[in-house]
Amino acid sequence: MSILVYLIPIALFLGGLGLAAFLWSLKSGQYDDLEGASWRMLDDGDDKPAD
Amino acid sequence: MSCCAPGVEGSLDLERSGQGMPSAEELKLSARPLGEGLFQTDLSVPGVYCGACITTVEGALKKLPMVARARVNLSSKRVSVVWKDAVEGQQSDPTDIVRQIASTGYESHLFSMAGENGDEVRNQLLRAVAVAGFASANIMLLSVSVWSGAEAATRDMFHWISAGIAAPALIYAGRFFFLSAWKALRHGQTNMDVPISIGVFLSYFVSLWETLHHAEHAWFDATVMLLFFLLIGRTLDHMMRDRARSAITGLARLSPRGATVIASDGSRDYRPIEEIRPGDRLSVAAGDRIAVDGKVLFGVSDMDASVVNGESTPVSIKPGDLVQAGMLNLTGSLTVEATAAARDSFLAEMIGLMEAAEGGRARYRRIADRASQYYAPAVHLLAFLSFIGWGFIGGDWKHAMLIAVAVLIITCPCALGLAVPVVQVVAAGRLFQNGIMVKDGSAMERLAEIDSVYFDKTGTLTLGRPRLINRGEAGEAALTLAAGLAGHSRHPLSQALYRTVEGPVAAFDSVSEVPGAGVEARTETGLYRLGSRLFACGEAHDNASSRDQASSEVVLSLDGKELATFRFEDSLRPGAEQVVAGLQEHGIATGILSGDRAPVVQALAGKLGIADWNASLSPRDKAARLSEARERGRKTLMVGDGINDAPALSSAHVSMAPATAADVGRQAADFVFLREGLDAVPLALDVSRKAGQLIRQNFALAIGYNIIAVPIAILGYATPLIAALAMSSSSIIVVVNALRLNRIARVAQPEPQALKPSAPIGQGARLAS
Repeated sequence: MSILVYLIPIALFLGGLGLAAFLWSLKSGQYDDLEGASWRMLDDGDDKPAD
Repeated sequence: MSCCAPGVEGSLDLERSGQGMPSAEELKLSARPLGEGLFQTDLSVPGVYCGACITTVEGALKKLPMVARARVNLSSKRVSVVWKDAVEGQQSDPTDIVRQIASTGYESHLFSMAGENGDEVRNQLLRAVAVAGFASANIMLLSVSVWSGAEAATRDMFHWISAGIAAPALIYAGRFFFLSAWKALRHGQTNMDVPISIGVFLSYFVSLWETLHHAEHAWFDATVMLLFFLLIGRTLDHMMRDRARSAITGLARLSPRGATVIASDGSRDYRPIEEIRPGDRLSVAAGDRIAVDGKVLFGVSDMDASVVNGESTPVSIKPGDLVQAGMLNLTGSLTVEATAAARDSFLAEMIGLMEAAEGGRARYRRIADRASQYYAPAVHLLAFLSFIGWGFIGGDWKHAMLIAVAVLIITCPCALGLAVPVVQVVAAGRLFQNGIMVKDGSAMERLAEIDSVYFDKTGTLTLGRPRLINRGEAGEAALTLAAGLAGHSRHPLSQALYRTVEGPVAAFDSVSEVPGAGVEARTETGLYRLGSRLFACGEAHDNASSRDQASSEVVLSLDGKELATFRFEDSLRPGAEQVVAGLQEHGIATGILSGDRAPVVQALAGKLGIADWNASLSPRDKAARLSEARERGRKTLMVGDGINDAPALSSAHVSMAPATAADVGRQAADFVFLREGLDAVPLALDVSRKAGQLIRQNFALAIGYNIIAVPIAILGYATPLIAALAMSSSSIIVVVNALRLNRIARVAQPEPQALKPSAPIGQGARLAS
């Protein structure tokens, strides 16, 4: 069972990483407009040739 | 005769007043200063629904030099614009933003909800939900291992790790409940948070004690999961809570800060409003608001009296007429003798009415609060009784303690806490998709109870925009002539006339506006006049007869001879007839409360089949009618838009306003509908009633769950595994049941037109008006 010594910290660390990522995304306003974000992804901006 | 039409600026102004766009003053006051000359304005744009809308609106706004940033939020259908106060030394005009949006074909309204953007509590709650979710998932991982048969030292280690994860999570995520419970206890009261806090504390420390003694069962997972579910409920509930809002500030804003007083020797002096005494003579320029109630001594003018009667058509004012504080002087300058001090004036009276009404509203108790009032003591008692019972019967007090903790955990109101807010959030989302904003969850509860509806007339049942009704009769030639003259006037009827003609209009030089009468132009053919019959034809006889008519008229004359008469009528809001008929069919009494003249109201009431109508009501009368209805035990919905409706909106059981309403009206109402059609009223009613049913079902489910689970806990069979299963399954059932609302509401409202974005205003409005 000594493998638990590694596995539990790894599990907790990965979970914590997810938590941190969520808190960061919440703070940076990524949940403010879910519907708009799904459309913006498809917006290519203007179609003029590069200078 | 120079150019063919009045300047572009003038026509845009006409458009603005026709569409109820916010004024520059309103926009400036609502803008949030960001520092360095930057301001942020949030506008509601109900028409946006797709990616192209985002690009169109943002692209158009970014073309304006004054706009620093513009971002459309498609979920909340808003655009937030950051604009510069001054561009290259020139003061910028925020109405340009609104015009620019209008030019792309989208309608926009000012929509400020105090403190909504920086809602710190919501973010705190969301973070707490995330932490609790993380902790509960990890503890559950360890608990599942324990339940699957981890033994001895491994089990102890898992319990210890669980305890380690749970402790900071409980402190961080549970602080909302602990603080609220502490606050209640300190005031000698109890609320739902008291059993929650006791349950969480007890179960944590009992589990810790058990872990210390290498016992088989620990409740860490249940403790944290409980908080997780409760926090979800709390977060949703917070989103549906009424934000502290008051329409009084908007009303106070209408009051000028002072007025120009003319002394007996003729000198003029600008004095603050508190120092104006009855008997003082005040000079009121065109464009000023009246500061205190008074009597006109000299001068004629047109007065926007929408504060008093809610009508868009100005009132002609001549010496001897009475004016009231808050009215807006439109055309001529006046000398007014004050008859009351500011604190006894009309506006002060309105503010007093609003204060009384808003105080009264706070008395409504939400259904969840009423439920928890009985629930909390019952739970305490049950847990305490099982503790005493097991202690005396079994003699094992430690075992009794464990049973009591199990009872507290099992009965903890997860499902109950979710029952109401989930339904209300789903319902509010449903309504929002159909262009109706809900200010708070309790409004839906109140709306579901109503048995009668009162409508305001102008701007609610009608669109508040006059429409020419005898175009064919008047003739196109006369119309082109009249429109040329009308373009020079700001009177709403002139503007409507001007907007009716789509092609080029006749051009006039030297047009002058005669305050309180109309416009005239001297040309080679003679003197053209456009205005009231008295002014245009010089006839004195018809004053009384035209006042009794349901429609208003404008006469065009050449040298005193009538060329044409244009009749105007306010156009009905789309769907008004069906809505009124539909409400009556469902046994809901309908009525009209209007500040307008009786013949007009009577004609409209006849058309809509409303028997109970009241005309010429002051704001106080309107509020009084609603209080009367309340005393008779009626629950009334008030639908209104004007400043004069604000006290009525606040004193009704529940209230609704169109987005074109005056700022004060929007603030006072519980629901705001963004689309033009009146079908928002039955839709909101329908969804609220369905939501009410689902809430009651959810309560039944939550109570049913307790009836099954509590005996299990009291008998001592509730292991942590059973508690976890019972708690999560009951919560999930409640949530799934709430989501059914989406299906029900969709079946009930199949009309595709309700889901379409509102028509772009530019062209459409021109045709309609």
